[in-house]
Amino acid sequence: MTLRASRFAPTCLASLIAAFAVGAANADEVQVAVAANFTAPIRAIAADFEKDTGHKLITSFGATGQFYTQIKNGAPFEVFLSADDTTPKKLETEGDTVEGSRFTYAIGTLALWSAKEGYVDAKGKVLSDTQYQHLSIANPKTAPYGLAATQVLTKLGLTDKVKAKIVEGQNITQAYQFVSTGNAELGFVALSQIYKDGKVTGGSAWIVPADMHDPIKQDAVILNKGKDNPAAKALVDYLKGPKAAAVIKSYGYQL
Amino acid sequence: MTLSSADFSAIWLTLKLASLTTVILLIIGTPIALWLSRTRSWLRGPVGAIVALPLVLPPTVIGFYLLLALGPNGYIGQLTQSLGLGTLTFSFAGLVIGSVLYSMPFVVQPLQNAFSAIGIRPLEVAATLRANPWDTFFSVILPLARPGFITAAILGFAHTVGEFGVVLMIGGNIPDKTRVVSVQIYDHVEAMEYTQAHWLAGVMLVFSFAVLLALYSSRKTKAGWS
Amino acid sequence: MIHTRLKLKYSGFTLDVDLQLPGRGVTALYGHSGSGKTTCLRCIAGLERAEQGFIQVNDEVWQDSDQRIFVPPHKRALGYVFQEASLFPHLSVLANLEFGLKRIPKPQRRVDMAHATELLGIGHLLDRHPQHLSGGERQRVGIARALLTSPKLLLMDEPLAALDSQRKGEILPYLQRLHDELDIPVLYVSHSQDEVARLADHIVLLSNGKALASGPIGETLARLDLPLALGDDAGVVIEGHVSAYDPDYQLLTLQLPGTALSIRVAHTLMDAGQALRCKVQARDVSLSLHGVEQSSILNRLPVTVISEMGADNAAHVLIRLDAAGTPLLARITRYSRDQLSVHPGQQLWAQIKAVAVLA
Repeated sequence: MTLRASRFAPTCLASLIAAFAVGAANADEVQVAVAANFTAPIRAIAADFEKDTGHKLITSFGATGQFYTQIKNGAPFEVFLSADDTTPKKLETEGDTVEGSRFTYAIGTLALWSAKEGYVDAKGKVLSDTQYQHLSIANPKTAPYGLAATQVLTKLGLTDKVKAKIVEGQNITQAYQFVSTGNAELGFVALSQIYKDGKVTGGSAWIVPADMHDPIKQDAVILNKGKDNPAAKALVDYLKGPKAAAVIKSYGYQL
Repeated sequence: MTLSSADFSAIWLTLKLASLTTVILLIIGTPIALWLSRTRSWLRGPVGAIVALPLVLPPTVIGFYLLLALGPNGYIGQLTQSLGLGTLTFSFAGLVIGSVLYSMPFVVQPLQNAFSAIGIRPLEVAATLRANPWDTFFSVILPLARPGFITAAILGFAHTVGEFGVVLMIGGNIPDKTRVVSVQIYDHVEAMEYTQAHWLAGVMLVFSFAVLLALYSSRKTKAGWS
Repeated sequence: MIHTRLKLKYSGFTLDVDLQLPGRGVTALYGHSGSGKTTCLRCIAGLERAEQGFIQVNDEVWQDSDQRIFVPPHKRALGYVFQEASLFPHLSVLANLEFGLKRIPKPQRRVDMAHATELLGIGHLLDRHPQHLSGGERQRVGIARALLTSPKLLLMDEPLAALDSQRKGEILPYLQRLHDELDIPVLYVSHSQDEVARLADHIVLLSNGKALASGPIGETLARLDLPLALGDDAGVVIEGHVSAYDPDYQLLTLQLPGTALSIRVAHTLMDAGQALRCKVQARDVSLSLHGVEQSSILNRLPVTVISEMGADNAAHVLIRLDAAGTPLLARITRYSRDQLSVHPGQQLWAQIKAVAVLA
């Protein structure tokens, strides 16, 4: 975390435009912890963000639960993009965040996916078949997409039927890997992992209707370490802006 | 004691995995170690290096390649499928394969050193005393290499108990099949169940220490020198 | 009979020998280190494999490269004594001894435990472990262990080399007993002419991987054309019979083989008829034109001069003599040779100043 001398100048909402106007001389870095499912979108956003504001994103990807533990133990993150809303709320209650900075940056969509073309039908009926050996989900205790997957299974009354077939990935990325390598024929993944510019990028998928599970609200928050970093505030503002919104939607998230 | 039944089954599974892996490694590691200690072929270098790879590679690398190899598109996966066994990912058998690969140098190298230390003279003596190669192995090599076998077993067992990266990649966290202690502790921490994490980790620490202590102490009291 | 033809190549060394050795008694493979004697022994044992080899021991073929026959060592009826005993450290002395014995089917056992332990004097060591034995004791156990396989051929690789002279002196009598009491042919590798003189009936002289000579001990040691004759301890081995004993002066009369000639030597009582082997060194033999009657030198023999050769230094020469069938070597100065006009065929008298009884 490097903060240059220019940081001592007072910051305000217009710092975004000011930084752009002044140019690279005022550019800062911001350390961001990003939920694994948001990997692709944040990379796209980072490029634009840097171009438009001159600030640089230093991103770490991982599991939300892991980030919580690390943040509680002094990790140098300044902004946290969580996969759920409960973890940022918890941090807020515990006084680790900047007041009022929490907001929902994306609403996740769940998808049932297979690496094989034509395997998954548009209504997800394949779930109730007995043909497949393994159904991959993220660990429901620690990943909100995993929790949502179990909720869908309960809603469909399939929980007992597929119990023996379930394999858990440690996070949504691993859940995806199990399916992409073919080890699991099916899996519940984040739509953003298999979706770009309006369509599924490979294999076959059933986009799960949002009413089948609790909404996967993904909240972002500025952590105490990022309190005085203009780049942190700039990022949060950018994420709320129209350019970021377009990118986020194009990866299958709702807003 | 706040260990749940899930925790106990994780411990039991881990012990089963470590024991089975150790036994398999002692059986297949012995001929490999014997060959490495006696051969003058040029293959000695490459084979030795391959055996030693898991010492250097991050377990996640081994796990990742196993994930690909065991899957339906990989060599092993295609073999097991043609034998009607399906794929071995997410299975106890898959973990055993992963553990055998991961812990191999920890068993082969102590054995190889023990065999080398014996040298060739006792083998020549045995041959002049009418012992054929199998006979020589059981009546001369094994007894003289016994400390090496004990070390190999200890290291192989302990190393497998501590395995995490490989299991993480190919396990799928299935209770009673692939949810070993190391992953269980990790999950407790992830879910912020710190008390359970402490208990489980503590139990494993005490158990491992006790086993190692008993085995290391027994080595020194053998007749002769260790 | 032992026939062996061996060709073996290492970097910098080639072994190439063709030997016919007696199937009885002790044959010494003698030479300096690096001469190939141990390699030769190991090939006969099968511990090393000659590229081209033929080994036949009495009527068993152990190797025949042309027929692609190679009998592995554990199937050859041999016993092998290594230079450093090499007892198994994880077994007691008794278990070491039993190791080979157990692996011989009962009907084939001709040497039993009691006999072997008595022969080598190790009965009191059976419960000990090799680490607690002296070098000499270990070597005796190693010899007994090899004998207990009831071998058809006993191979010994410099068994005394790793011992100090005191230990050597302890074991030599045991080896001599072996020689006398057992009927097993022995191949004995050594670089000590003294050991060879004491124990061997037949000697093979090896140098640089080649056999320079192979013949009975007495005759071969006396040959002037071999490097054996050079060196300070050059001499001949004489095997004779005790013909008389003088208890008053403690002098033993030894009759030379095939003749009435005899020599006398100080020794303890021995019965008439017993065989005795002794060594006469070239430097202890002097020559004179006429027999010198009044002299303290006990032994005077009439001899014929056979041939002459330069010694290892410029002042001396070696003369080979014949005493009615027994060869003798004398080392004299060139000056004396010229003074006496020593020439082949000449009749002279040899004075023998010292006779060393070997066995």
